[in-house]
Amino acid sequence: MAYPPQYRYTKEHEWVDVKGDTATIGITDYAQHELGDVVFAELPKAGSSVTAGKSFGTVESVKAVSEIFAPATGEVLEANPELQSTPEKINTDPHGSAWLIKIKLSNPAELAGLMDAAAYEAYIAEKNKEASA
Amino acid sequence: MRYLPKSPAERQEMLAAIGVRSAEALFSSIPERYRLKQPLNLPGPLSEAEIISYFKERAAENSSGYSSFLGAGVYNHLRSVVTDVVIQRGEFLTSYTPYQAEITQGTLQAIFEFQTLMCQLTGQEVANASMYDGSTATTEAVLMAERLTDRRRVLVARSLHPEYRHVLQTYARNCGLQLEEIPYGADGTIDRKALQGALRDHVAAVVVQSPNFFGAIESTAELAGTAHGSGALLVVAIAEGVSLGLLSPPAEADIVAMEGQSFGLAPSYGGPFVGVMASREKFVRQLPGRLAGETTDTEGRRGFVLTLATREQHIRREKATSNICTNQALCALAATVHLTLLGKEGLREMAHQNLSKAAFALGELEKIPGVRRTFSAPFFNEFTVELPRSVKLVNAQLLKEKIIGPFVLGASYPELTKHALVCVTETTTRAQIEHFAGALRQVLQQSL
Repeated sequence: MAYPPQYRYTKEHEWVDVKGDTATIGITDYAQHELGDVVFAELPKAGSSVTAGKSFGTVESVKAVSEIFAPATGEVLEANPELQSTPEKINTDPHGSAWLIKIKLSNPAELAGLMDAAAYEAYIAEKNKEASA
Repeated sequence: MRYLPKSPAERQEMLAAIGVRSAEALFSSIPERYRLKQPLNLPGPLSEAEIISYFKERAAENSSGYSSFLGAGVYNHLRSVVTDVVIQRGEFLTSYTPYQAEITQGTLQAIFEFQTLMCQLTGQEVANASMYDGSTATTEAVLMAERLTDRRRVLVARSLHPEYRHVLQTYARNCGLQLEEIPYGADGTIDRKALQGALRDHVAAVVVQSPNFFGAIESTAELAGTAHGSGALLVVAIAEGVSLGLLSPPAEADIVAMEGQSFGLAPSYGGPFVGVMASREKFVRQLPGRLAGETTDTEGRRGFVLTLATREQHIRREKATSNICTNQALCALAATVHLTLLGKEGLREMAHQNLSKAAFALGELEKIPGVRRTFSAPFFNEFTVELPRSVKLVNAQLLKEKIIGPFVLGASYPELTKHALVCVTETTTRAQIEHFAGALRQVLQQSL
């Protein structure tokens, strides 16, 4: 699956798509593949706040529960309502309809430290090499 | 578990393999002064015949021929030898935790049946594979309510079993929970006005027991409405499961925590018991411990697995929903076998006998001058009476008549000195009740 060039990526395998001061956050195709079949997503309520680098929710698959880390600080505008009934979308469309939350950025400068698609692809290529080594 | 003896030669071989001169060297990190330098003070080996005779002597020390009116969280009920025979089958008795579904279908199915029975009894949608006992189940229910509501204040009925409250307090002290006690009213049930007042704001859960520690039956449906009105959850603790044979289940509660001892577990030595935890399906991800689920295998056959285990400690470490690592599988199995033998009608009949005999006992006791019923609320198989004398002294006299007297309420409730909690189950005969009433009358007439 291609990594959208306009997104930014974290080392913990989240992506963030910034439009103005709104950021949409999801997990990457690599992350969903590592997790396996997703059965549940535990997401914050609108109005709560998330902090860059801190866990804001969990994604549960049949074999693990993983923390999701916020790529940036801000106030939660919306959690994806469709994931309550169809969490498996995280496996099929992680970069699109299975976004997790939208936040209002409080410090857009934080995003400067994140990877672009090319850097992220190189990062996971390295990970895959380590895994097969 | 097999005992694997090691010869001195084998010990040497193992020590050589790890490069240590002696077994003592393995303990070098323990300061010298804490190490035991002489052999343990144990009696020498006995022959088979000596061991049998030793245990026969110890068994003969057991008392017999006593009648008991003591309940207070532990209940003497009829048990069938069938239960003991089934749980002593090697496949159940020695099997360890069922992580590998391929080789543990029997254990998993038994847990699944247990969960099903607990849901039917409590009126709840999901039940876990069991907890240690009623007190830890109640505490886990409170912790679950805290996670669900993200609130820290918990209102606990003073009529909740004193030991359950102690366990809850131990946990609360170390995890930032704020417990507040709600008094009981004149009829023995929770003081509704006090509850309403304390519910002002940010309450995670209201915790009540029904029948409560004094035997009084609480209106759990009404209390659920009160709790929900301020966004709090209702946790219902049940110490006497047999009451569910007659009483309507606490279906309106959000979490039910029950002691399962009444279902086929002997009251001897105070354990082991089995905790029950049931809740609504929408809260299943915050339910601690493990759950067995039904599924189909690749060939479409019915099978059982541990499900939702991803939140357990062996997978999620410190972020697990609870520090419980296992369940009371064998006790849960005993409860399952016991309830299956009884059936729905049997449990109802058993509950009915408890109620009838307790009501008869109260009538007999009330005929004694100076004995007065403490609370007016309806009860199941336990009720509270006030005596004109110290219950402790009365009990000492009753014991001479081979009667184990009622629970001394003053021990846990200083305001209830001279009040006794009397328990009567289906195992208590009419003759025993009459003997108890007669003995009590006589004890109270004597000048102590």
